[in-house]
Amino acid sequence: MQKLLLSFLLMPAISFAAEADYTLTIKDHRFQPAEFSIPAGKKIKLIVTNQDSSPEEFESSALNREKVIMGGQSGTLYIGPLDSGRYPFMGEFNQTTAQGVIVAE
Amino acid sequence: MFGTAIIVFREVLEAALIIGIVAAATRNVPNSKRWLAAGLIAGLCGAGIVAAFTDVIGSMASGVGQEILNAIILSIAVLMLAWHNIWMSSHGAALAASARAVGKNISDGRSECSILLIIVGLAVLREGSETVLFLYGIAASEGAGASSMMLGGLIGVAAGAALGYTMYAGMLRVPMRWFFTATGILILLLAAGMASQTAHFLIQADLLPSLASPLWDTSAVLPEASLIGMVLHTLIGYDSRPAGMQLVFYVTALVTIAIGMKLAKRPVKPIATKSINSPGAA
Repeated sequence: MQKLLLSFLLMPAISFAAEADYTLTIKDHRFQPAEFSIPAGKKIKLIVTNQDSSPEEFESSALNREKVIMGGQSGTLYIGPLDSGRYPFMGEFNQTTAQGVIVAE
Repeated sequence: MFGTAIIVFREVLEAALIIGIVAAATRNVPNSKRWLAAGLIAGLCGAGIVAAFTDVIGSMASGVGQEILNAIILSIAVLMLAWHNIWMSSHGAALAASARAVGKNISDGRSECSILLIIVGLAVLREGSETVLFLYGIAASEGAGASSMMLGGLIGVAAGAALGYTMYAGMLRVPMRWFFTATGILILLLAAGMASQTAHFLIQADLLPSLASPLWDTSAVLPEASLIGMVLHTLIGYDSRPAGMQLVFYVTALVTIAIGMKLAKRPVKPIATKSINSPGAA
């Protein structure tokens, strides 16, 4: 727990090497782009922007990530480094339409 | 409707299992049920508040406010569960022995009860806020399906609560001589799993390195989205693709709390070494 507190205190100091930014947009309960590539073996910063009015949850068991993004808001999450392969993700609140894939290569 | 029920079920399940375990574990603590109910209500109110401020929280700390909030809630819960387990190690035997003579322990019992309230409140808060947001999204979207989806939501809540109750009822059937060992181990694993989730959120926010990621991949054998996967995720912190750092947090919490429980047990049985009474509860 002290470690945890320490990590909060060190927050400004712990900024790991700048990663490339990727942007994902949610509109009409769909992801744009529905598929995009990232380099394998590198951590990336993904910014998810929700242009719908209702909240959405970016979720991927393959990526081990989940995050709620409110309507009209953006959220940041970090992904990888990943082995090359296909990593599906979805919008949990609108699974029928909100589906996408990250391809690490 | 079915899809909605599953999503809500998923969110409710974790909180329900935690409540079920804590309710069983504290069955001999005076007034524990009342405190559990208070925790549930406080958690629901908190969930509403967090849901209402999700946009504010989300935009804090350059877009990773949600992860930091989750990590803080989880680490408080780990501390509380650790406290509970250590408290139970030193008082549990006395409580079991004199379940009727509750009056003596009332001051001790009270601090334990406020811990209960916090554990239950936080579990409901964390899982509940997402459910509130999801249901709000449904309610806000015009369209004829909204009412049937709301019904789905209710079914999800009911199913989650039923599983939590099953957990509780099942635990009450554990014979008394194993009961404290069993609940102690369950809560220990629960806390370790939460510690692992704390690490998970801090990695997602890039505040901690992931170390190996994933450390292993058992998603083909036991996917986390399956019912067993979900239950194990809550009970023992199962993760089909964990990061190495999650395991570090898991083991650290497990070992630290286990040592605390061992140490707390000692003063109850002074110097006279009775080997009969130590079934390796930690």
